[in-house]
Amino acid sequence: MADDKDVLRDVWFGRIPTSFTLNQDEVTEREAEPYYLLLPRVSYLTLVTDKVKKHFLKVMRAEDVEEMWFEYEGTPLKWHYPIGVLFDLHASNTVLPWSITVHFKNFPDSDLLHCPSSSVVEAHFMSSIKEADALKHKSQVVNDMQKKDHKQLWMGLQNDKFDQFWAMNRKLMEYPTEEGGFRYIPFRIYQTMSDRPFIQRLFRPVSPEGNVHTLGDLMKEMDPAALPNDGEPKRYQVVIHGIEPLLETPLQWLSEHLSHPDNFLHICVIPTPTD
Amino acid sequence: MPASRLWVVDVYGRVFSLSTAGQQWEQCRDAQMEFKRVTAAQQCCWGIACDNNVYLNVHASDLPIRYQEETYENQRWNPIGGFSDHLLPSDRWQWSDITGLKHQPLDSFELPSSSWEWEGDWYVDENFEGEPTEKEGWTYAIDFPAFYTKNKKMTSCVRRRRWLRYRRYKDMDTWAKIPSPQMETPDPFSDISCGGWEISEEPRGRLSLWAVSLLGKVWFRVGIYHHNPEGSMWEEVSVPGEVLQISCGPGDLVWAVLWEGQLIVRQGITRDCSKGTSWVEVESPSPDVGATHVAVGINTVWALTKDNKVWFRRGVDSHNPCGLGWISMVGEMITINVGLNDQVFAIGCEDRAVYFRQGVTTSELSGKTWKAISVPRDGDRSHSSASTNSLQSAGCFFSGEVRAQSVVSDVELDTEKVSTDGASCLVTSTSPESVVDAPTDNPDQPIETPKPRIPKVTSDSFISELISDREPAKTLREGGSAGPAVPEEEETLPSEGEVKALCADVAICPSQSGGPLDPQWSNVDLEEAQGQLAQTGAALDAADTSSLSSVATYTLAMEDPYGTDEHPLWAWVSGGGCSVDSHSHLNWFNSVNTSSLVGSVQSMSLSVTSAQTAAWRQQIFEQLTERTKREMDNFKHYEQAIEQSVWVKKGTMQWWRDWKPYKWIDVHFALEQFSGPEGNKDGILFIYYNFYEEKKYLHAFVNELTILVPVLNESKHTFAIYTPERTKQRFPIRLAAATELEMHDWLALLSVSCCHSRGIQGPPSKQAIWSITCKGDIFVSEPSPALEAMPYPTPCDQMFWRQVGGHLRMVECNTVGIVWGIGYDHTAWVYTGGYGGGFFQGLASSTDNIYTQTDVKSVYIYENQRWNPLEGFTNRGLPTDRYMWSDASGLHECTKTNMKPPSTQWTWVSDWAIDYSVSGGTDKEGWQYAADFPVSYHGRKGKTDFVRRKRWSRKCKLTTTGPWQEIPPIALSDVTILPCTAQSNVDEVPLWAISNKGDVLCRLGVTALTPAGSSWLHVGTDQPFKSISIGAASQVWAIARDGSAFYRGSVSPQSPAGDCWYHIPSPSKQKLRQVSVGRTSVLTVDENGNLWYRQGVTPSYPQGSSWEHISNNVRKVSVGPLDQVWIIADKVQGSHSLSCGTVCHRLGVQPVEPKGILWDYGIGGGWDHITVRGNSMEPPRVRLPSLTDASAPAPRSPIPFRNMEVNSSAGDS
Repeated sequence: MADDKDVLRDVWFGRIPTSFTLNQDEVTEREAEPYYLLLPRVSYLTLVTDKVKKHFLKVMRAEDVEEMWFEYEGTPLKWHYPIGVLFDLHASNTVLPWSITVHFKNFPDSDLLHCPSSSVVEAHFMSSIKEADALKHKSQVVNDMQKKDHKQLWMGLQNDKFDQFWAMNRKLMEYPTEEGGFRYIPFRIYQTMSDRPFIQRLFRPVSPEGNVHTLGDLMKEMDPAALPNDGEPKRYQVVIHGIEPLLETPLQWLSEHLSHPDNFLHICVIPTPTD
Repeated sequence: MPASRLWVVDVYGRVFSLSTAGQQWEQCRDAQMEFKRVTAAQQCCWGIACDNNVYLNVHASDLPIRYQEETYENQRWNPIGGFSDHLLPSDRWQWSDITGLKHQPLDSFELPSSSWEWEGDWYVDENFEGEPTEKEGWTYAIDFPAFYTKNKKMTSCVRRRRWLRYRRYKDMDTWAKIPSPQMETPDPFSDISCGGWEISEEPRGRLSLWAVSLLGKVWFRVGIYHHNPEGSMWEEVSVPGEVLQISCGPGDLVWAVLWEGQLIVRQGITRDCSKGTSWVEVESPSPDVGATHVAVGINTVWALTKDNKVWFRRGVDSHNPCGLGWISMVGEMITINVGLNDQVFAIGCEDRAVYFRQGVTTSELSGKTWKAISVPRDGDRSHSSASTNSLQSAGCFFSGEVRAQSVVSDVELDTEKVSTDGASCLVTSTSPESVVDAPTDNPDQPIETPKPRIPKVTSDSFISELISDREPAKTLREGGSAGPAVPEEEETLPSEGEVKALCADVAICPSQSGGPLDPQWSNVDLEEAQGQLAQTGAALDAADTSSLSSVATYTLAMEDPYGTDEHPLWAWVSGGGCSVDSHSHLNWFNSVNTSSLVGSVQSMSLSVTSAQTAAWRQQIFEQLTERTKREMDNFKHYEQAIEQSVWVKKGTMQWWRDWKPYKWIDVHFALEQFSGPEGNKDGILFIYYNFYEEKKYLHAFVNELTILVPVLNESKHTFAIYTPERTKQRFPIRLAAATELEMHDWLALLSVSCCHSRGIQGPPSKQAIWSITCKGDIFVSEPSPALEAMPYPTPCDQMFWRQVGGHLRMVECNTVGIVWGIGYDHTAWVYTGGYGGGFFQGLASSTDNIYTQTDVKSVYIYENQRWNPLEGFTNRGLPTDRYMWSDASGLHECTKTNMKPPSTQWTWVSDWAIDYSVSGGTDKEGWQYAADFPVSYHGRKGKTDFVRRKRWSRKCKLTTTGPWQEIPPIALSDVTILPCTAQSNVDEVPLWAISNKGDVLCRLGVTALTPAGSSWLHVGTDQPFKSISIGAASQVWAIARDGSAFYRGSVSPQSPAGDCWYHIPSPSKQKLRQVSVGRTSVLTVDENGNLWYRQGVTPSYPQGSSWEHISNNVRKVSVGPLDQVWIIADKVQGSHSLSCGTVCHRLGVQPVEPKGILWDYGIGGGWDHITVRGNSMEPPRVRLPSLTDASAPAPRSPIPFRNMEVNSSAGDS
């Protein structure tokens, strides 16, 4: 029988085949070939696209190059969302590879955060972990860690070291058995059809009566519209890491096994494909 | 921990018991009458019934209580008739006991009571000192009494033979009356208490039983042993006054209460004198109010006074049975009882509820608080499904599932309310039974008004099937919802109404009961509670609303005359058979007052385990696999975004220097890990040290490491690292970490790294080879087909071993992946299919299938004395003598105070005690005598004995985790599992075992899916056994304690226990110790370390003809299903040192040469056990042109052989 550990591995080693194409408006010295890459679902765009940048810079003049940013079918891609979330939100149910357009000018300041270096990603990642631990353990675990432990988490992500990351992340996933779960589940619900960036509120893994909360409970509370009504065809998919877990899946289990390295459970609500 | 029971008597005299794993009182139904008091031990329960007789209820066990009667038939030779029963007048009786002094013909033997039955008729014993005799079992001698031999000689004038007959105790699980002649007990008994089972090392069954008569006299039951559970007679014990009540603890504490209110304490209780010698008086706790009740444990005494106050006696232990003083405790109780582990139970004065003292630990014997045990009785209520219509009965079906798994099903309810077809799904899944009764029940009950219930009779087996076997039920449900469900609108709609009604119930109920909201969804319970409230108006009983209570309560409640009283009123409690401690998880307290929290935690834990089979989980697994396929399979040629790089972990440690003078030196330690081009991980280990101011380093490739062995000792946290080279040298890299935690971190990391580099993950395969070190650590190795290849097998020093959590003394496996282990404390464990546990945490361990495992072993030290003419024996020895307190060798000083448990994993669980079970025997004080140190010791002082020693033992306990689950209740000393061949398709796998008392047992119901099996079948033997093995063709061989071998005839799938034992003579002058049977080979090891092969074994003559010597210095042998031979050998020479306990593989074993040719040496130093009985991987058939002559490799010397192995193995690594 498969083990829960395998889920962690599958989540970590999830890859999205991507083709990067240079925006046609960019000025180039010669034709730019598309660049193909397997992107880790759990990482961040600006962290894993050094090769892409290098590839396109070869055909460009230095003075034409500003900060690199990415766009998919007209939507600028927010680098501070995990890659898997971006894909599930904007491009799931499309043909692979995922075709991303690379831009080197006209940075959309209103849509995107600037990311001058990987230390910005690190700061963002670590603040997410701390926020998640504040929800899970009143920050007790993350505060008990040493600086080098924090570094180990980050280095694990940056270098795609599953063991290195989980050797430390394991501590963030512990909870007292008598409490049956974390204090609150760190989650974010993204909707394509909404103006809000995402939904994030306090939600406990176990009800006051002692019942285990499920994904369905969470969705009912946070985004009831995402759930199918009786007798109607399903309008929305609730997607985590490219899969649709059953609504009766316990939330605590999801949080332990399907959270991103930033310790948040990123849930995408997307319209059911009509075909 | 196996379930054990708490016994109680209610005010009506009915006896109930509560399992530590259970959640309800079960009435002892076979009791024909009411009982006044009961006193329980783990194996039995004594009671005084209302007819004033004493009754005994021996709990059924797979192991029968049987007793061997024997008598001797004596004959003398005379010239006329040869041997005849005409004896000389001075001779012994023709039928006598062994001494010849007692006349005992066959018909003089009678059953001791009506509770016994004969197993068969008398027969002649043909076994004489481990040797089979000539036919008819006669042994010969010159004269009575003399030395007997099995052969008749010219001088043999007398002969004798032994007759045997077995009787068996038959009244298991019923209350059997203990015959009580009037002269023994003139007045009826009013109180009874048993205990004392820890005074001696007797096997379970020895008890001290004390009783008090109405006139205040005290009686002691003599002769209660395992073979005589009833005891033999009552003996009066004189007392200084009239006794009211008595209490006997598991150890040597016995206290009694006098009518006047003082207490008396029994003195002088020892293993030789379990009755004690005298009484000492102790004041009542309160000067004005006399004591009425006392309860004692091992180191604890509790008392009650007339005003129902509770008192705790401080400072009690076996050295000071009277203790120091009384401490007043909270609570008002009418009776109190101390169970196992000094846990305390009492019955409340007001509410007559049973209270459990929480928080009692060895350091805090007085505990923390009283907690009422609040569970229903099995006849309590009529829940029954009482269905009003088919939908509700569907709900009941559903609620049957809720009980076992409340939270998950609650979740399911939610989703079902959400999903459109939820209700119809329920309906379609309804069992035929509920469908059948639906129409009849339907009209007579509107949903809104609760009415007296009409219990629905549902068979227990049906319910238990629901509970025990959730998965099928669930798939059934799934099938129902997925398939074309019967979409009956009329039924679907009311179902939602029903759900609402339920919600209404939930809302109403607490307002009436005044208690907090019951968290569980359970229509029947709540309605029931309401109805009950309406009828009785009594306060809502905790038990009645607890929804968990309704598990398996589907009894005929209407027939139960007591089912309707609102509250159980208890009168008496006995915890002597109830094995709980402060860590035990009990489901006894789920009352309304405390339910919400406890209930939820409990259901959490339930849901976690059931989650393994849940649909949502399967869905996630399937979808992830599908996702990987969709997103990655076609794009494997794409470049990875992140290049793999090196990851280094560093630390400081101490290293045992490789050269002389050997010593610990500080080193820096680093593990560099990197990914190979194929994505496989690898690493290098560096040890940086200083050599004459110069920095140097030592390194090892992770893929070359063969094993990491923790070598915990009290002073250093050390571990050893082996490579094939270092295995040959018998000289590992030895490292010591600063703390145990650090060592475990490194071991776990290195182990994961080694497994990665070799592509090993997950649980061990079915073919795996298991081994155990002398520290009880468990290692497992994955065999390659080349391991048994001919002529060039993989050298066994190249085998990679990884550790599995847990602690065992031995382990046995077979080819379908059934693995059993036995702990040092003889507990049997079955492998659960997990991996990791112990110090492996996180990723190196599976999440499911890991359980807590405990083990207990004894630590021994010796007290040594020398005799001198002035003072006799003293602790002043000669200057050349050993330490006066030492280890067995006498070389190391070991005192009671400086002796520590073997490592920090172990904690003491007992005090130092004299060990009388030393080989050679002891005198009454435990001394063994000898002429001088160190020679063989004996139990009686002779004239030439000038030294003596006494062995002290102390028990220590280890608690760890691993993929093992306990198989209670019988303690084992050996186990063997049939190695199934690849072709054979056996469902039930034969598994044989030897209990630690020497009984031969056959396990029923063992299959690859249920490796634990179901129950034991006892196989009769004439003497205790010690080793057993079953071969691939069901040939069972066993070794008796006297060192003789036996073959079991006619064992087959049809007759799994066979029919009779054939005595096989052992090799001349050798006592055999262990046997292992492979496909056809039978090998044994004797007490002197010789390994023997049974020659001449054929299918038609499976007993074989003779023993052939193979090797010496062998400690243990394991023969596998390919007839491969592996041993644990002593005295294996390495280039650096000699090692004892080394894994060795017999090379050159083949059908024409089943004994093999020479040994190949593997991992060792300190190995105790190996089993290769899972490895049935046929080696690849290689034929080398130059070696077509099969005998060619035989004469080769070991050295070129080994070189060639290395060369050949270079290809497959």
